[in-house]
Amino acid sequence: MKILLEHANVPGIKTYEVYRQNGGYRSVEKAIKSMTPDEVVEQVKASGLRGRGGAGFPTGLKWSFIDKKSGKPRHLVCNADESEPGTFKDRYLMEYIPHLLIEGMITSSYALGCNLSYIYIRGEYMWVFRILEKAIKEAYAAGWLGKNILGSGYDLDLHVHCGAGAYICGEETALIESLEGKRGNPRIKPPFPAVSGLWSNPTVVNNVESISAVPWIVNNTGEEYAKIGIGRSTGTKLISASGHIKNPGVYEIELGLSVDEFMNSDQYLGGMMDDRPLKALVPGGSSVPILPANLIFKNAEGGDRLMSYESLSEGGFQSGSMLGSGGFIVYNDTTCIVRNTWNFSRFYHHESCGQCSPCREGTGWMEKVLHRIETGHGREEDIELLWDIQRKIEGNTICPLGDAAAWPVAAAIRHFREEFEYHVRFPEKIKNRDHFVAEPFEKVRHLVAKQEI
Amino acid sequence: MEISNAKQVINIDAQLMERINELLSHYPADKKKSALLPVLHEVQDAHDNWLSIELQDKVAEILEIKPIEVYEVVSFYTMYNQKPIGKYMFEFCRTSCCAIRGAENLMDYTCEKLGIKEGETTPDGMFTVVGVECLGACGYAPMMQLGDYYKENLTKEKVDQIIEDCRNGKVNLH
Amino acid sequence: MKVTIDGQEINVEPGTTILQAARMIGGESVPPAMCYYSKLKGSGGKCRCCLVEVSKGSEADPRPMPKLMASCVTGVMDGMEVKSISSERVLDARKSVTEFLLINHPLDCPICDQAGECDLQNLSFKHGSAKTRYIEERRRFEPENIGDKIQLHMNRCILCYRCVMTADQLTDNRVHGVVNRGDHAQISTCISKAIDNEFSGNMIDVCPVGALTDKTFRFKQRVWFNKPFNAHRDCDKCCGKTTLWMFGNEIQRVTARKDQYHEVEEFICNECRFDHKDVNDWVIEGPRKFEKDSVINQNNYTREIEPVKIDTEKNILLGRDKDRKKISMPAVPLKEKEEKVYKEGNV
Repeated sequence: MKILLEHANVPGIKTYEVYRQNGGYRSVEKAIKSMTPDEVVEQVKASGLRGRGGAGFPTGLKWSFIDKKSGKPRHLVCNADESEPGTFKDRYLMEYIPHLLIEGMITSSYALGCNLSYIYIRGEYMWVFRILEKAIKEAYAAGWLGKNILGSGYDLDLHVHCGAGAYICGEETALIESLEGKRGNPRIKPPFPAVSGLWSNPTVVNNVESISAVPWIVNNTGEEYAKIGIGRSTGTKLISASGHIKNPGVYEIELGLSVDEFMNSDQYLGGMMDDRPLKALVPGGSSVPILPANLIFKNAEGGDRLMSYESLSEGGFQSGSMLGSGGFIVYNDTTCIVRNTWNFSRFYHHESCGQCSPCREGTGWMEKVLHRIETGHGREEDIELLWDIQRKIEGNTICPLGDAAAWPVAAAIRHFREEFEYHVRFPEKIKNRDHFVAEPFEKVRHLVAKQEI
Repeated sequence: MEISNAKQVINIDAQLMERINELLSHYPADKKKSALLPVLHEVQDAHDNWLSIELQDKVAEILEIKPIEVYEVVSFYTMYNQKPIGKYMFEFCRTSCCAIRGAENLMDYTCEKLGIKEGETTPDGMFTVVGVECLGACGYAPMMQLGDYYKENLTKEKVDQIIEDCRNGKVNLH
Repeated sequence: MKVTIDGQEINVEPGTTILQAARMIGGESVPPAMCYYSKLKGSGGKCRCCLVEVSKGSEADPRPMPKLMASCVTGVMDGMEVKSISSERVLDARKSVTEFLLINHPLDCPICDQAGECDLQNLSFKHGSAKTRYIEERRRFEPENIGDKIQLHMNRCILCYRCVMTADQLTDNRVHGVVNRGDHAQISTCISKAIDNEFSGNMIDVCPVGALTDKTFRFKQRVWFNKPFNAHRDCDKCCGKTTLWMFGNEIQRVTARKDQYHEVEEFICNECRFDHKDVNDWVIEGPRKFEKDSVINQNNYTREIEPVKIDTEKNILLGRDKDRKKISMPAVPLKEKEEKVYKEGNV
């Protein structure tokens, strides 16, 4: 079942003509000609579509919060600041089918009553920025954007705005600040963007993938969309797969597919690279807890683990993780978990905006401690110290970056504590090596096993 | 904040001004500041890929904002360079997904080949090598950014080829 | 609207924040605030010192809020119940934030002009630990000269953004701001430009730590040796109401009048602050009173001081007790005779 990537392989789908020939912009026609804005919102609500950016908040519900009473102009902003390590799905969508996003933006803007909307794309995707600019020009020329669209009296201006290298701008209020030409410091909520967002106007910020799903929902009704998937995880999801696997890349899956099938079938990832054993998995981008091999295909109770919001988080943080943004990172036994955790910590330290104290000071501290352990200068008490720092950051910050920095560290200590102990106790064995372990941890595990007499 | 004493020739020509005005037209007339990020990109591209204080002041003047508002923004975002850099900047992603596929080793190889350390520029001003955080190409690791484009699924041979192409002026940056 | 904080009820206007409500009640339940400043629009929410637990959201929606909330930016709801010092979670969070703020803060209180009236000092007295777990090198910034009126010590800054807001809201030409990001974010003008306008001196008053201090008062006096007096003068630029910090008959420093939360009552201009150090320029109203437990009040030497006894032989020649113990390896049991000598010393 493919919804977003249905026409991805059609030659020339990047251009307006080919996209239109393949049924593009039908949702705009249908919505503007035969539906009221509220009816579109209802369809999206009925679809059960959940925000694809990571948090999984129902899109229709988010839309219904937008303040229509104040009479202020409203804005829809598409969050294309995809920067979560492990995630590269939005880029794929925008690079290969740019008009799908534009179609989604028009239909969604119509539903929300916005006359000025933006796509905020990360600055590094400069060539994608140019692709989108070109596609928007084509859409203007064909009359899908501008004044009086399809003679309905509805006006919409859509522009693409580029960031300049800041992970934090993926947070919706930081994104809005950045779009206003300021530093990407997240705002304090409330007020939520739905009430006071871009230039203090009511604003909705949605992920690229969420918006790209809207045309299908409008064309085929929300009920049809809700039939796809499993339980409250409706529809399809793009998964960006990377790491030690045979076929890395972007895949569209129906939610509810088993992790085992996704990992090992030739249709998808095709199993492990070089057939080395699987060691760990990060199922939803770097911010979500890492899972050890024994909790990947089965949850703690022995049930099958599925690719869905609910199944991946079964067991809470004790034995589960999250679907997040769908950044599926697979690690084999040559990976050093401590080094990898340090790598993530370095990322969050580098990307912290520095506005609130727990995150500004805590992320740097964690990186330093992890670096010390990784380079063989760790002390036994450092593991407790790390645990304590992450605990003190989590939940105490303005925006979720603090949590995102804390969770990977917590999960690594929770599931791979022995590897940290090994680093502290056998510094000479881990010094002077690159990213990979000299010998897989399974071979040295006995060195840190608990001694029983 | 890094302040470079290097001199920069400021030249905002008609073509660049036209592009700036086009970008400004994307925002309401009283929200010129919103265009700051895209305008800085354009201005930087036209000025050897870096922004001196004088150039930042000039941007402030065009957008009718205070100079400090530009300094604050330039120093916050990693893509704006505050000092002169090499003509070809190799930005290697070194975050987890790339690192486990050998990005760090490849970066070491590149540095060795060019005879510089990470973060340095070759004496002839041609190449700069820096390690950066996730660029969103995790499935095509290891990779680097060169100008506006990504070079993906890199190997030592591919890096050699890219360096060769740069030397021969065969690489398009924008 | 009725709100309950640590079991104390109060009725407040809609739009009041939890912190403001707590300040109306007063006492121990008032959360500490390092970045919030009631006179500055948009301040607060950044330092996370004032986190409180909302155990009941409101009468309409009684669910507790899952996360601790920054009390300075969270508005009260009717029937809200808040736990400040009665919650372990809150106290733990305050300890955590204090630790985070201190890991990179220099230990230079002995030479810092802010010492004695420093919010961070007060916070660490209350919630800090005597030991640090941070063994790495502390963060340091290059010194920057921002003119002859104000001294900037970036190493001490906690990035509360108050001075930036002051410059934004009191003047129309801000020249300094926060540059760089993450833990290298810093207050700077970037081009070492002097911050010089009619109201720039207020940045000194709003700074909760010793990052911005009065250059004309630098190293002149510990604040607790000064006697503060309320005074005023006719000023065409500001209210002219100030506090003079006297040493004998000399005016060593002029500041705005600060309330018990160390917020100025009214902002003053630079002329009043820097240019009138002669007693004849002022009408002195009388001594400025401070809360009983402030550092300034405790050390004003008006109370009786116990004479210091120095027992040279016992305390100095023998060395400190803990040093002696270190030398004599407590793990090895001493003989009876040795033990006696050890306890009494053999001087």
